Amino acid sequence: MEELDGEPTVTLIPGVNSKKKQMCFDWGPGEMLVCETSFNKKEKSETVPGCPFIYIIRKDIDVYSQILRKLFNESHGIFVGLQRIEEELTGKSRKAQLVRVSKNYRSVIRACMEEMHQAAIAAKDPASGRQFSSQVSILSAMELIWNLCEILFIEVAPAGPLLLHLLDWVRLHVCEVDSLLADVLGSENPSKHESFWNLPGNTQTLTELELKWQHWHEECERHLQDGTFASSPRLESLCKIMLGDEAALLEQKELLNNWYHFLVTRLLYSHPTVKPIDLHFYAQSSLDLFLGGESSPEPLDNILMAAFEFDIHQVIKECSIALSNWWFVAHLTDLLDHCKLLQSHNLYFGSNMREFLLLEYASGLFAHHSLWQLGVDYFDYCPELGRVSLELHIERIPLSTEQKALKVLRICEQRQMTEQVRSICKILAMKAVRNNRLGSALSWSIRAKDAAFATLVSDRFLRDYCERGCFSDLDLIDNLGPAMMLSDRLTFLGKYREFHRFYGEKRFFDAASLLLSLMTSQIAPRCFWVTLLTDALPLLEQKQVIFTTEQTYELMRCLEDLASGRPVRGEPGAQRLQEDIENTKLEMLRLALARNLARAIIKEGSLEGS
Amino acid sequence: MEEIYAKFVSQKISKTRWRPVPPGSLQTAETFATGSWDNEENYVSLWSIGDFGNVDSDGGFEGEHQLLCDIKHHGDVMDLQTLSVSQQWTTAHYHTGPGSPSRSSAPCTGVVCDNPEIVTVGEDGRINLFRADHKEAVRTIDNADSSTLHAVTFLRTPEILTVNSIGQLKIWDFRKQGNEPSQILSLTGDRVPLHCVDRHPNQQHVVATGGQDGMLSIWDVRQGTMPVSLLKAHEAEMWEVHFHPSNPDHLFTCSEDGSLWHWDASTDAPEKSSLFNQGGRSSTFLSHSISNQANVHQSLISSWLSTDPAKDRIEITSLLPSRTLSVNSLDVLGPCLVCGTDAEAIYVTRQLFS
Repeated sequence: MEELDGEPTVTLIPGVNSKKKQMCFDWGPGEMLVCETSFNKKEKSETVPGCPFIYIIRKDIDVYSQILRKLFNESHGIFVGLQRIEEELTGKSRKAQLVRVSKNYRSVIRACMEEMHQAAIAAKDPASGRQFSSQVSILSAMELIWNLCEILFIEVAPAGPLLLHLLDWVRLHVCEVDSLLADVLGSENPSKHESFWNLPGNTQTLTELELKWQHWHEECERHLQDGTFASSPRLESLCKIMLGDEAALLEQKELLNNWYHFLVTRLLYSHPTVKPIDLHFYAQSSLDLFLGGESSPEPLDNILMAAFEFDIHQVIKECSIALSNWWFVAHLTDLLDHCKLLQSHNLYFGSNMREFLLLEYASGLFAHHSLWQLGVDYFDYCPELGRVSLELHIERIPLSTEQKALKVLRICEQRQMTEQVRSICKILAMKAVRNNRLGSALSWSIRAKDAAFATLVSDRFLRDYCERGCFSDLDLIDNLGPAMMLSDRLTFLGKYREFHRFYGEKRFFDAASLLLSLMTSQIAPRCFWVTLLTDALPLLEQKQVIFTTEQTYELMRCLEDLASGRPVRGEPGAQRLQEDIENTKLEMLRLALARNLARAIIKEGSLEGS
Repeated sequence: MEEIYAKFVSQKISKTRWRPVPPGSLQTAETFATGSWDNEENYVSLWSIGDFGNVDSDGGFEGEHQLLCDIKHHGDVMDLQTLSVSQQWTTAHYHTGPGSPSRSSAPCTGVVCDNPEIVTVGEDGRINLFRADHKEAVRTIDNADSSTLHAVTFLRTPEILTVNSIGQLKIWDFRKQGNEPSQILSLTGDRVPLHCVDRHPNQQHVVATGGQDGMLSIWDVRQGTMPVSLLKAHEAEMWEVHFHPSNPDHLFTCSEDGSLWHWDASTDAPEKSSLFNQGGRSSTFLSHSISNQANVHQSLISSWLSTDPAKDRIEITSLLPSRTLSVNSLDVLGPCLVCGTDAEAIYVTRQLFS
């Protein structure tokens, strides 16, 4: 068991008396259920009134923020776009493309920050204003870290351009201080300083740069030695700053917001051609000097330090602990993975870090009533456990309207999750049957190709027919089309209705042969045979002979099959009555069939009969 | 098709509709309404598209749409129409059955207005006719359909047309008593559910429907019971189909597969149609309609009804810049188009035909 990285925070649950009562809990996908039990903690049984509520505890409240939702949606688009172009990313343009993706992510963070800031200003009560402001600082920290990671890991700036990028980085985040500093600097030696650094592109090699800088640095030193600025202490300290004198820089601590600003300024004046691998030396010393032993580093400082040390795993680990939501680490890790920077860092259950973080993030999305649709795409791009996770999650989405169900089904069908399709369709079909929407039920079973359910629906129709004597929902049964083939019972239903239609249109011969085929082809359920045979009666009673001898023999055989097949039952009164009725029917049928047989034989035997 | 503006709005959009401009006015559309779905609290919101007066440095218009106001809505917003009304009809749609002894409410899936009449259809297979000033429904057709009714449109008042989840179009005439449709049309082959329907603005017998398999079907309700043409379109459910109200040779469809298509069937010269026909059907159709109407012009013959939906005649363009989650709804008015997606974004363009 790993040791804990930090002390776990204690959350108090209102209404629950944890001192007196024992609590019980259960984990859910993104939340926890907690309630009081009736067991007392101590031996003495004091009867204290218990708390009647069950509490749902969520760690991640960011998902419910209106403004952060835009972050989730926009970054989803960027994420999916990145996965899709992965195959096309080759060669030189690959790095440029990945940098562009990184910048896209950052611009989305900035847009969110801006909106959150507006909301903080416009907030009606101070508490929510404070909440918005703290969100703004969290987002700002995220963008700071991401930007640094982009410079060090994605852009992989070499010595020379590295400092320029770092300058931009600091400038972006400390802009108001920078303007002050510019004022101070701008008053002296402006042209010498700025034109030196306005290098258009990488036209100069590193050595050229070093030489130039060396020359300039020596000139500055000479000025200091010569006491050129002796008259003005400000100018002198300015010169010292430009020589990279740490003490002089630290004197201006109020102008430098933080140690990384100090670091970059220091590098600017003392080691402008710093190499990436040397960064962490300067970073550590800058941090120590700046804090001066008065305060200890904050989480953000640790993260940035880890980045300067090129320890990507440490960066991600610290971010995961510090942030309450997996969004940041999931997307950053995925991007770094595309840069081929993460070795397969095996975790306890075998999948790699990128996949682990994406799975956690996507599961968090599924716990949200609306953002689950985004989660689907994240699962898609987790090769090992994504599909299985999606299968489990998607079945548990509550389906309040058919439209939502259709969307869920489409997701499952696109991924060939036939089991889930079947189970969802079954739930919907059952609901429809319960609400007496037999047409809907049938359309769900057709979608799932669920023959068993189609049989159930057809049985319902047939039962309704037996009870009422007529068909309900003729519009459905008359227009089944090829769906009729889904199940035998359904085919029977369709054909039986067709029989009724034939009879109604007085197409007796067609009706007769259809009826016979229904009985002989074994698709008619046994219990329906009596009804079918009874339906044959009017045809048998017609003036003209409709059934041929062959057909009549068939019918007789079916009748005898039916009669012999029925078990002789015991004697409660109603049963008796039913049996009598049945027997009477059978007698009538036998009589009708016999008469028809006679007439048919005569007809076929005589000369005109053909 | 020039610029299309996107804005993320923190709610999945189920419906978007332009606010109608007074007929005959030269105004273009300015305001649209959206409905959200799948939220714990859903909203119907009114938006205005960017200021016309401000021109930014590129010479374009400030595109962002701004929220004007919104109101809470109980349940998902399934359909939107504009009308002046001050009534609320709850439990217009409900289920009764052996499993639900008391009425449990059923989702209402479609609503259509023709001032002052309002028609609604729902998952309970029921059709309701309301009037803006009446408290109770004026007419209810119970169990009009054994499956879910997905959409409804006016054919010619007082006739309406509904589509259902077993691939049928039904025409209902409110003048008739009884609960039977006056006509049923259905797809050949598989009974694929139909999700949306729209009627040609000028020719009231031409109807377009979109199905669960993304197929666009064009029907002539006067003739036969099968569609006139079937056009394979999207890869997933087609949620909405709209004829452009003033340029009906243009059709718009949007789908679960995340795309929005513009179908352009306009032909410059009527003679062109005879060049591309292979069968004689079109010409017989021509004569059929000529014999029916004395003073028919060539241009009135709908290009949608001609045979051989030849790919060289209908130009199809995809309007959204990149694939997104499902586009649930769209609406067109003049040169303006608005659509809403499950990626919680609203797209607006004001230059459809440039």
